[in-house]
Amino acid sequence: MKYTIPAQEVMCSGHKACQGCGAALAMRYALKALGPRTIMTFPACCWSVIDGPFPYSAVGVPLFHTAFETAAVVASGIRAGLDARGEKDVNVVAWAGDGGTFDIGIQALSGTTERNDNIIYVCYDNEAYMNTGVQRSSATPWGAVTTTTPPRHFKKERKKDMMAILAAHSIPYTASASVAYPEDFIKKLNYAKSIEGTKFLHILATCPPGWRSAPEIAVQLAKLAVQTHAFPLYEIHEGRYFKMSMNPAKKPLTDYLKPQGRFRHLTEEQVADMDRMIDERYSYLLEQAERSKPYFDAKKETK
Amino acid sequence: MSDEIKWKKESDMPLMAMSMGRMTVNKTGSWRNLRPVIEKEKCIKCGICWKFCPDVSIRLDEEDYPVVDLEFCKGCGICAVECPKDAITMIKEE
Amino acid sequence: MQKVIMGNHALSWGALLSRAEVIAAYPITPQTEVVELLSNMCADGDLDAQFIKVESEHSAMAASMGASAAGARTFTATSAQGLALMHEVLHWATGARLPIVMGNINRAMAPPWTIWTEQTDSISERDTGWLQIYTSSIQEILDSVIQAYKVAEQVYLPVMVVLDSFVLSHTNENCDIPDQSKVDAYLPKFENAYKLDVNKPAAYGGLTGPDWYYELRYKIQKDTERSLDLFVETGKEFGEMFGREYGLVETYKLDDADTVLVSSASIASTARPVIDAMREEGHKVGLIRVRVFRPFPSDLMRKLLEGRKKVLVVDRNISFGMSGAFYEETKAALYNVKNSPPMWGYIAGLGGRDVPTNVVRDMIEQTMKEDHPSGDIIWIGVKK
Repeated sequence: MKYTIPAQEVMCSGHKACQGCGAALAMRYALKALGPRTIMTFPACCWSVIDGPFPYSAVGVPLFHTAFETAAVVASGIRAGLDARGEKDVNVVAWAGDGGTFDIGIQALSGTTERNDNIIYVCYDNEAYMNTGVQRSSATPWGAVTTTTPPRHFKKERKKDMMAILAAHSIPYTASASVAYPEDFIKKLNYAKSIEGTKFLHILATCPPGWRSAPEIAVQLAKLAVQTHAFPLYEIHEGRYFKMSMNPAKKPLTDYLKPQGRFRHLTEEQVADMDRMIDERYSYLLEQAERSKPYFDAKKETK
Repeated sequence: MSDEIKWKKESDMPLMAMSMGRMTVNKTGSWRNLRPVIEKEKCIKCGICWKFCPDVSIRLDEEDYPVVDLEFCKGCGICAVECPKDAITMIKEE
Repeated sequence: MQKVIMGNHALSWGALLSRAEVIAAYPITPQTEVVELLSNMCADGDLDAQFIKVESEHSAMAASMGASAAGARTFTATSAQGLALMHEVLHWATGARLPIVMGNINRAMAPPWTIWTEQTDSISERDTGWLQIYTSSIQEILDSVIQAYKVAEQVYLPVMVVLDSFVLSHTNENCDIPDQSKVDAYLPKFENAYKLDVNKPAAYGGLTGPDWYYELRYKIQKDTERSLDLFVETGKEFGEMFGREYGLVETYKLDDADTVLVSSASIASTARPVIDAMREEGHKVGLIRVRVFRPFPSDLMRKLLEGRKKVLVVDRNISFGMSGAFYEETKAALYNVKNSPPMWGYIAGLGGRDVPTNVVRDMIEQTMKEDHPSGDIIWIGVKK
């Protein structure tokens, strides 16, 4: 049969992810794209546990567990070490959650990106500190309930625009992705592999316990996030040129929110507020993509 | 590589927490409450169930029909929801 | 080659001669000249190394960890606030068994802002598992970097080479810069048996329960103990090849001494002429300069101090609520010894306060005058 994603499995069964874990799907896809000539580093995150306890591991590639705020720069160090030793054709990947990326790890990530060190950084974003029991992070969306933003004081701050922060570093390539669209994610990883410098991939990873949703709809939710424009899929090239990966007709936001316990408390008005914020951001992205068209057209021509 | 590692004393271990074993020692099938059952007659061999399995627990047989690896399947049910032909039903484990 | 160089540059030369392959560093006074010279050495092609100019000391150590885990010989340097910022990852480097070598310039901790010398920064890291060498000359700094790699790479533990800010870091002395070929013979290229290797995939540092974590700590302690012998062995070998032998401690006029001064770094250097002068006056005084502080050479200290009449320890550091660290540890080493001498613990020179010869002499004389120390901590020169 014809597979739409690579058949090779580098990650194995038996890992410790919860049922319906988006982070596990993200890793499975990532390793399909990256292959066994990959070295990874994880800061504290769900994957520090998912990979398995010593002396076992599930990723099937060399992996250096590191401190919470150091994923990007440990990857920089690994790359420098490989370069010093003349080891080529190895992907060096920092693999971190949203807390380790948006919050505690942002300084080191900024340093690595500013130096344009030749690594791939993947943030699997489940939109809160899930490993410690669902506390809010700066990646938690407006309106969501976590254990530190209870229903009556749900999160009133908007999700940090990490892609824009990365783009402000003139990063060669940054892209968002979703576990519901593995073909798109894998295509983006393959592109990231093909170019030098720092590459940042931001993949939305459903978390059934943290989102208070049923495990079986994990992929559905990741799809609805894109279809309701809550989590748009796009790329930014050279920190300036935007490209929508898909531009689906907008589905009602409630399709995405209703099945999730973390949004259950929101009133109709609040949902409308949230919708406005989403539309505002989405139209900004479309404008940027429109502005960037000549760049991509020219790129196509030179090909 | 997938064997359980059994050490008796510190000198059996590596210098640091260096994990050489594979997590396939961890039979996650025991977590399962619901079990996916595939109706071959409805299956169109699209591979979507295989694609969306977070636990790498769906293999394709020689004829490309999906087979659930019950040793590891955690019973999340994604395959049943994603199947475009409703060929997978989740049934209660005994 | 003989060359007049500053202490900081002795660290850079040490890294160059050791053929460091990756350097990751962040600037801090009084360390800056270390990385400035290394940057130039890399830019001029004298040193074939990857230089990562990180955005903080925490990242300097984290980058060093990544590079070392990938199998490269790695060097960094810092001081005071920078070292404190690294604290978390200092533990990580040890637990991950990474043979990184780092220079640390002893500078007092803020607040208030200060840049002058004191050992409390590195003393605060004594429980991180880093081996620590306290140096007392420009030559020793350079030599210690080379020796540090030789020890680190046998026990898979990181080593800190420590020097006083300004007193050593910015002082120029004549220094023998050994031939590269001789250093290569002493310190061959390192093949890390545990490096990240795509052909031998393994995960490092994964979640470990009480069933095996304990044994991993035991292994660190065993290898730390083993490094005591290695410091002696490699110090002897260094002497045979380069004419300068190094041990765990350096003794001076100790043989028949009944009063022994124990100290480290530049205070120990200042003490030498005092010992000379007092010897001429007929006082049986001697000196031990502790060079390797981690692991603490307890056995050797017992052997050297057992049965002496009096011991005084001078610390340029303080563990608040207790005393100076060298005093604390020397006392601990001597506790179960039959002929344990009474011990005086002096705090001197904090925040770079000068400790000239007359102050050292005052401390020795006070010790000789008293039958027993009046307390656990004796402050010298506090303006009252």
